[in-house]
Amino acid sequence: MDWLLHAGDDPAHKLLLMLIAIVLFVVLMGIILFVVDRPRNPSRWFVGFGFTGAALLLLLLGLVYPAIRTIINSFMNRNSTEFVGLDNYIQTFTEQRFLIVLGNTALWVLVAPLVATFLGLVYAYLVDKSRFEAVAKGLVFLPMAISMVGASIIWKFVYEFKPAGVNQTGLLNQFIVWLGGEPQQFLLSRPLNTFLIMVVFIWIQAGFAMTLLSASIKAIPDDIVEAARLDGVSGFGMFWRITIPSIRPALVVVLTTIAMTTLKTFDIVRTMTAGQFNTSIVALEFYDQRFRQNEAGLSAALAVLLFVIVVPVIIYNVRQQRLSEDVR
Amino acid sequence: MSTVEAATPAPEVPRRTSSLNNRARKARKALSNPWASTLAVVIAILWTLPTVGLLITSFRPELDIRQSGWWTVFGSAFAGEGVFSLKNYETALFDGSTNLAVFFVNSFVVTLPAVFIPITLALLAAYGFAWVDFKGADFLFIAVFALQIVPIQITLVPLLSAYVDLGINGSFWTIWLSHSIFALPLAIFLLHNFMKEIPRSLIEAARMDGAGHVQVFFRVVLPLLTPALAAFAIFQFLWVWNDLLVALVMGDLKTFPLTVRVAELAGSRGGDWHVLSAGAFISMVVPLIVFLSLQRYFVRGLLAGSVKG
Repeated sequence: MDWLLHAGDDPAHKLLLMLIAIVLFVVLMGIILFVVDRPRNPSRWFVGFGFTGAALLLLLLGLVYPAIRTIINSFMNRNSTEFVGLDNYIQTFTEQRFLIVLGNTALWVLVAPLVATFLGLVYAYLVDKSRFEAVAKGLVFLPMAISMVGASIIWKFVYEFKPAGVNQTGLLNQFIVWLGGEPQQFLLSRPLNTFLIMVVFIWIQAGFAMTLLSASIKAIPDDIVEAARLDGVSGFGMFWRITIPSIRPALVVVLTTIAMTTLKTFDIVRTMTAGQFNTSIVALEFYDQRFRQNEAGLSAALAVLLFVIVVPVIIYNVRQQRLSEDVR
Repeated sequence: MSTVEAATPAPEVPRRTSSLNNRARKARKALSNPWASTLAVVIAILWTLPTVGLLITSFRPELDIRQSGWWTVFGSAFAGEGVFSLKNYETALFDGSTNLAVFFVNSFVVTLPAVFIPITLALLAAYGFAWVDFKGADFLFIAVFALQIVPIQITLVPLLSAYVDLGINGSFWTIWLSHSIFALPLAIFLLHNFMKEIPRSLIEAARMDGAGHVQVFFRVVLPLLTPALAAFAIFQFLWVWNDLLVALVMGDLKTFPLTVRVAELAGSRGGDWHVLSAGAFISMVVPLIVFLSLQRYFVRGLLAGSVKG
């Protein structure tokens, strides 16, 4: 039994387990479909749950139940043995340490999506229909394939610090030295460090914004653009008065999607500073409270908080989409 | 657009060329503003330079990395002094203290089932919601759709406790299971959207011919859905391969994938850029290859799933 459960250090054993898992799964699905297909005149219920049952069961046990459990735990003490009411939430909203975390999170959610969307939009507009469009877009798009851990390492190297007088190895400090300044330890001082960590996230997400917005820029009917041109609109006026209003629904989707991703992202801050130097955000604090401080209650409250912040963003998103569908 | 033009009959050829000219003029116009093109080039360089810097660094000797910036290699290469080697990669992969080769295997073992299982489950579920037409299908589908907004952070800890209670924690099984669960809402939603695009008449015709739902699923729906499957498979592949949170929470030293190990190195050996740079690229190479070769499908999936939560 243990052989099936844990592979230990042997790579062959791991690969074998992987194959076994896939085969087991295929067999299981095969049995379900075989049973569904068996009766001559099956009821729709039977077939419907044959197809959807496995997924629904997993979602119920693996998503709905744990989420409810976490909500309950957020009202319990640090080992989830005693009911403590709103204590965890009160602590989150009063203690200086957590206020910094909340402030950083607010900064992230407000700034990162806006900048990423703005850069993606400007870039999509600039390279649209140019000769190098495919290559130019590919360059900005590529970071999307990279893990946030990898991206953080790439940027940490850009921010690398060597004392003055020694050769700089970080690109940013080298630029400062070339311009005659003193090299800086960028990741140590707040709030600059939070913005510099955000750069990593923006660097990844701008490609996403660019792709979606580029597609909707291309969907603007030619006659609208042509009519505006005949009216003498050009350059910046075209961008501001024609492009932006035409792609408004896509802009909302992109902004809200990135905002939601921002809230859940913890890899970047963890890799860059591990939350030191006042850079922590809710998603990382959740992890630290649970797995480093063993504060189950606080960590649950932070997770619930994440969820609560996401909800208005989503409601806004859905509403805007309804609106734009009505217009169509 | 271009297909419409290509289909226009012969007499209209002059008009077609003029519209081509028109488009060429527009194309020139788009980047004719020197400020606009400068801005575009600056953004492109800013987006590329950091990666190029670390890539070059990963091939430089340890001492050089400590003593000079990567941009100096162009000068020294010109003077015939530059030394490049694969030594950093060798160290990162096989040195006892880093051992990334082992974690590479883990990444692979984690990813394959964590892509295959949720896609299969979601395919079946999406078909059930889209075409079986059972009572409650709409309600259940909306419920699944709504589950997209649940951040995985809120589910992780109780899920882990459940695994501990069952005695299966710290194995690959829990990681596969967790990734499969977390992928389902988006996967079902996306594949359902693609599935709804199949004409109803096609499904009904097959049903009329006496095909059961299982046959319709395999013979009619599945072949038509290959591009959508590719799109979601890339999504899920990138998500799982690049994931840190689930791997960290659900796994242990025997199952950690590359991301966990590389992140750990960034913390414990933050100054050892020869190992870090090579390690970062070892963790990136597979997703980059997948991404570059299947970018088309990825973009399509992105555009279809942009309502994602």
